[in-house]
Amino acid sequence: MTGLRYVYAVCRPFGAPLQAQLTGVAGAPPRQLVHHGLVAVFSEVPASDFAEEPLRAHLEDLDWLTATARAHQGVIDALTVVTTPLPLRLGTVFHDDSGVRTMIEARERVFRRTLERLEGRVEWGVKVYAEVSPEQAQSGTPSAPAVSGQPVSGRDYLRRRSTQARAHENMWQQAEEFAGRLHATLCAHAEDSRLHNPQNATLSGAAGRNVLNAAYLVPRSRSEEFVELVDRTKDESKGGTPGMRVELTGPWAAYSFVEEEQT
Amino acid sequence: MTQPSPMAGRLPEPYGSGGGANLADILERVLDKGVVIAGDIRINLLDIELLTVKLRLIVASVDKAKEMGIDWWETDPALSSGARRDELARENAELRARLAELESGRPRSRAHGPEEAS
Repeated sequence: MTGLRYVYAVCRPFGAPLQAQLTGVAGAPPRQLVHHGLVAVFSEVPASDFAEEPLRAHLEDLDWLTATARAHQGVIDALTVVTTPLPLRLGTVFHDDSGVRTMIEARERVFRRTLERLEGRVEWGVKVYAEVSPEQAQSGTPSAPAVSGQPVSGRDYLRRRSTQARAHENMWQQAEEFAGRLHATLCAHAEDSRLHNPQNATLSGAAGRNVLNAAYLVPRSRSEEFVELVDRTKDESKGGTPGMRVELTGPWAAYSFVEEEQT
Repeated sequence: MTQPSPMAGRLPEPYGSGGGANLADILERVLDKGVVIAGDIRINLLDIELLTVKLRLIVASVDKAKEMGIDWWETDPALSSGARRDELARENAELRARLAELESGRPRSRAHGPEEAS
């Protein structure tokens, strides 16, 4: 019995081999299916996990989702080293090879156009965090007065809250200005950019609050320059604007740029 | 583990922990970005959308997020209950203030100003 086809990406034929030990989702090695001069990179996966019902159930399971997302990204990462892949959204599954071929035929023109547009480009992720100092965090705790043992009137409590709120407001304003300047600088060194929703700390495990979460499309040939630029702003943020932290991730496949911008 | 590839030298070393990125970085890309194609296995994309929304909702707390100006859920029709949650947060703060007042040991009569308490 054969399994289903989980497709990671579509790309142009590439000469270099993928890492021999690379495993994809469900621990299955990625394979290539060439059709109409395009390559679909896929793994054969068991229907017991990837048919409609089990897949739907799995998607609600954060552990399964995490493992699958990392495996998916692992294959895309490996492809990014040797070519420019068009990553498909997680969970794109077909019954068999002919289903994959049909999909390629139906989308051939768009695939080629997008591959042309993104050829030789990668995505860099830049995030800015505003870090609250321990004292600020402490004073922000409503139970603080009770700890000190001093009774506080409701009015005092509310007054303190509003002072804190003003201090916070200043901090966020500074953070926003810093993030805005950085974004403008980076845009000037990128071909395209996308702003994503700020990340929540529970998932990212990162300290501080995420005030900028952006993606930049940069040619490989200019990536080193781009990375150096971000590194310089990291130093700058240490000196000029305290409490700001800049984080760089990548190089990613151009996930955020596969759709043409809707204007 | 990872074999050096012939083209790896062209790109700077990957950034982030363990040459990768945090879970949020990965999920926001593999679930939210990328080419959307309806495969033979029809998982309702709406399900995925809801899932990512659920994941994002683990935001520490609504009022903290609001301080930062993160209020995307208010424009998200799937999350219209956000307004109610905000209401709860405000009510919570008011209750805390009232509790602090009561704990200060003042008599229940509110004839005098709260200055007396301190």
